[in-house]
Amino acid sequence: MKLYDITDLALRNLRESIFRNSLTTIGISVGVASLVAMLSLGIGLQQLASRRLEKSGLFDTVVVTSKRDMRNFREARDEGPTPADSPALDESARQEIEQLTGVVEAYPDIRFVTELRFDGKPHLTMVAGIPFSAKNNNDAFDGMQGGFFTSDTGAELILQKSFAEELLGITPKPGTDDTDIGQLAKSLVGREMTMRYAERTTSPSISSSIPSTSSLPSSTGSADGSVYSVVSRELTLKTVGVTDLDPDSMRGSGRARVFLPLKLLQSLHVMSESRDTSANSGPTYSSLSVRVGNPNQVPSVEDAIKKLGFGAFSLVDATRSVRQFFAVLDGFLAIFGSLALSVASIGIVNTLVMAILERRREIGIMKALGASDADVRGLFFAEAGAMGLVGGAVGVTLGWVIGRLINFGTNVYLVRQHFPPAQIWSVPLWLILGAIAFSTGVSLAAGLYPAVRAARLDPVQALRYE
Amino acid sequence: MEISGSPSLAVHSENLCRHYRMGESLVCAVDGISVDIAAREFVALLGASGSGKSSLLNLVAGLDRPTSGSVIVHGNDLAALSREQLAKYRLHTVGMVFQSFNLIPSMSLFENVELPLRFAEVDRRQRSELARQSLERVGLSRRLTHRPMELSGGEQQRASLARALINRPKLLLADEPTGNLDSRTGTEIMELIRSFNETLGMTVVMVTHEQALAEKYAGRMLQLADGKIVGDVRMGNSASVRTSSAQASSPQRGST
Repeated sequence: MKLYDITDLALRNLRESIFRNSLTTIGISVGVASLVAMLSLGIGLQQLASRRLEKSGLFDTVVVTSKRDMRNFREARDEGPTPADSPALDESARQEIEQLTGVVEAYPDIRFVTELRFDGKPHLTMVAGIPFSAKNNNDAFDGMQGGFFTSDTGAELILQKSFAEELLGITPKPGTDDTDIGQLAKSLVGREMTMRYAERTTSPSISSSIPSTSSLPSSTGSADGSVYSVVSRELTLKTVGVTDLDPDSMRGSGRARVFLPLKLLQSLHVMSESRDTSANSGPTYSSLSVRVGNPNQVPSVEDAIKKLGFGAFSLVDATRSVRQFFAVLDGFLAIFGSLALSVASIGIVNTLVMAILERRREIGIMKALGASDADVRGLFFAEAGAMGLVGGAVGVTLGWVIGRLINFGTNVYLVRQHFPPAQIWSVPLWLILGAIAFSTGVSLAAGLYPAVRAARLDPVQALRYE
Repeated sequence: MEISGSPSLAVHSENLCRHYRMGESLVCAVDGISVDIAAREFVALLGASGSGKSSLLNLVAGLDRPTSGSVIVHGNDLAALSREQLAKYRLHTVGMVFQSFNLIPSMSLFENVELPLRFAEVDRRQRSELARQSLERVGLSRRLTHRPMELSGGEQQRASLARALINRPKLLLADEPTGNLDSRTGTEIMELIRSFNETLGMTVVMVTHEQALAEKYAGRMLQLADGKIVGDVRMGNSASVRTSSAQASSPQRGST
């Protein structure tokens, strides 16, 4: 029989006992729905966690340190050159690292604690440089109100939410997160504040392109005899944005609550405790942040950097175990979902075996008229497949609705508990197609036994059956 | 399997046996039948219930397989055919009608008649044309969309005849075709079967227990008892008698 005829006859047979076949199909739908709902929640939670991790740069950042800096005990036991022989982490090293395959950019981590005056009041905070590329990279600043820096050297700053609250004198209740970032931005964006910092100069003469007021120059000698001066300076900055970026996030801004354009910070030559351990001719960096294009390349980049003689570490292992956790979670959810589907598939076997009994005579007639075993088998197979296909499609829709409801319920709860709403549910296309294919496959497998049994029926016996 | 034989020979059986095991005892439904039926013959199988006439018909129809012996129909050695080949044989070489009509109740008459063409993978448009023609031939062209239960017994049997003819088989096998019909409708059906035998040149083998019917329409009567042929009588009203001189007959194998 041609495929069209098999399908046609199968659908006709399904329509003939519409009630029973509908019940069986609903059984499959419920199975598929539970599978889809479970997996969509698993995937949604995974995506939520991934987004959080990506925001913090855990996935794609390698932190590079110099081994000369003996404070990095972490690297002390590593193989490679001894601290004294290891190269300096300076501009040429930065450029060398930036040339490595897989590296998108490498930039120095500049951060220091300083004083920021706003409305005449001083506030002490950690200031960090942000590369201009952060504007478009990932969604690190996706929750930002206001705008990003207009240029890489503009005298502008972005405030972290909690610092913005401090500036405005707002003290949120502990454990809650109900301050509207938009309101903070409205009262702070465009306002100016003054940053005080200490500039380190190699010569006593004061030369800076940045508009500043200077006072109290002083000279200090470093360990290896070179001389530099420290000049106290002030710089007026304009607030351009307020972000809810996690203050503990990595990418070169650890615990910083005020962000400035990185190039601007570099040009200020700010004196910071971590930079003066080895004062050679050029400036060296305490650490570099290396952004890698693809999280999978992080280990190879890390190795390449270590071969150059620097210390490198990333949290890719940590993220790997997070992914592993979700893989296991998804596995468990899928098993529970499949359990319902397997119960439903037993329903298919039952329905089709019943159909054989009921249509025994009909099978006999068809065989007497010249239907081959393959024709009869194909017919039952097609019936099972059609129930699986329809059940799968209905089930996916049902699962989608269930997932949405769970998501909605969770968000109602989250909002009541003063948490921001979150998308904990996701139905990717592959899940939709996969679930339908899976349910059709399971149904076909369930139809195998009835189909073979129907095909094997003895026509003489079947025709005698009333 | 094609066996070369006389082209005018429709059925040739040799020492054909079909035994069933029923509990402890062995039932010999067909017990060593050797018979030749010529092409275009109209043969009636007569006998009491349990005489083995339906079992013999099932063996010739390829619905059942012999326990021993052989049956060759139009060159097909049925015992040697695979299940697949046997299905093909049933599809193309034989047409069957039954006492209980055996139309599929969920299908319209048109769909019932069309069904064998689906198995034969005939093109849809051609299928529709052939099914219409076939129903027209039995006088049911106005009942295409009716379901079997909406029709009288006679109409149902005509539809099943239309279905049996659809693939232009060489052999028509009828198992008590008038058994469920009143005598007037029975006569109508018999006239139809006779016309197929005469105008289409089909060989007809019909099981019946009505001697009168057999005598009126058949050209030859095979009397069965206990799975054996106990009588072989030729009359003058078969197409084969009028047209064929190469009529093969079987020696009577009466005694046990």
